[in-house]
Amino acid sequence: MNEALTAETISINGYGGDEIEAYLARPMGDGPFGSVVVIHHMPGYDSGTKEITRKFAAHGYAALMPNLHHRDAPGASPDDAAAASRASGGVPDDRLVGDVGAAAGYLRALPGANGKAGVIGYCSGGRQSFLAACSLQLDAAVDCYGACIVNPPPEGMPMKVQPIVGLSKDLSCPLLGLFGADDKFPAPAETAELSRVLDDLGKEHEFHTYDGTGHSFFTTDRAAYRVEAANDGWAKIWDFYGRYLAG
Amino acid sequence: MCTYLTEQIQITGSGKGATGWFALSDASVYFDHPVHAMADHTLNIDFLNPRQGPSARVAVELTAESARALAKAIEAALASVPPGMLA
Repeated sequence: MNEALTAETISINGYGGDEIEAYLARPMGDGPFGSVVVIHHMPGYDSGTKEITRKFAAHGYAALMPNLHHRDAPGASPDDAAAASRASGGVPDDRLVGDVGAAAGYLRALPGANGKAGVIGYCSGGRQSFLAACSLQLDAAVDCYGACIVNPPPEGMPMKVQPIVGLSKDLSCPLLGLFGADDKFPAPAETAELSRVLDDLGKEHEFHTYDGTGHSFFTTDRAAYRVEAANDGWAKIWDFYGRYLAG
Repeated sequence: MCTYLTEQIQITGSGKGATGWFALSDASVYFDHPVHAMADHTLNIDFLNPRQGPSARVAVELTAESARALAKAIEAALASVPPGMLA
């Protein structure tokens, strides 16, 4: 792997045929490549998540991150768009599934694609990664500290999301979960309950919870960054996608 | 998930954003992960005018201690105003 890649902003037709912005990074060369849909965190389609998208391409995966806030604030900066989305209750679940499905379809149709598509999401995107994996035919899913899968949002929270643990029976692929032991949303009790439900259903999954680590530990430009957890998490992601998506 | 209780209020005044001054109509106040401040959580205030679009926003992210100090300073400043000026 020579890590050569190309990256660019493109448009895709997402949920309802809406044209939305998306960030594409893919390896140079003929393939075959596995595909990864990257679901950005609640703060939006920002430079940190674009860097993550390029990282997948450097590791041999074609990666596409749809701008889930594009409709809320076309052309606005990521933080302003995220604030607008937050104020309007967040990204609706059906719209998320449509956008991720369109992104996966785009990647699977690229020259050199091996036909396997996974998803990864951070923060609110962790819940959305699980939602996508229960709603679409995918090959591997990663949930990075997604809350409100088992428990409802705390009282007073403006987000309109509801628990989706009831969809677990429809989980279409193996699930990797990466969590912080000090996180409150999701707290370890919530992720343990999700693991129990998946065990009962015989759904393949592996969860890792890092001590001394809270929410958002992959974000290198924030105080929440925890280098040890992030490095180990990336190693687990490469191993997991290597088994289910690669070549 | 990283969103907690949000207070949304209507306000009257003006703010200076990326493209200059604009009229303010709304504010959101919430405790959440910051975009820029070096803290796990901050008290965030968005001063907004949604009719002018999502970029009509002045945002601040304050540590909890700073936010309490600001609230006290605002109250103190208002309390010092001579009678009759707070129309």
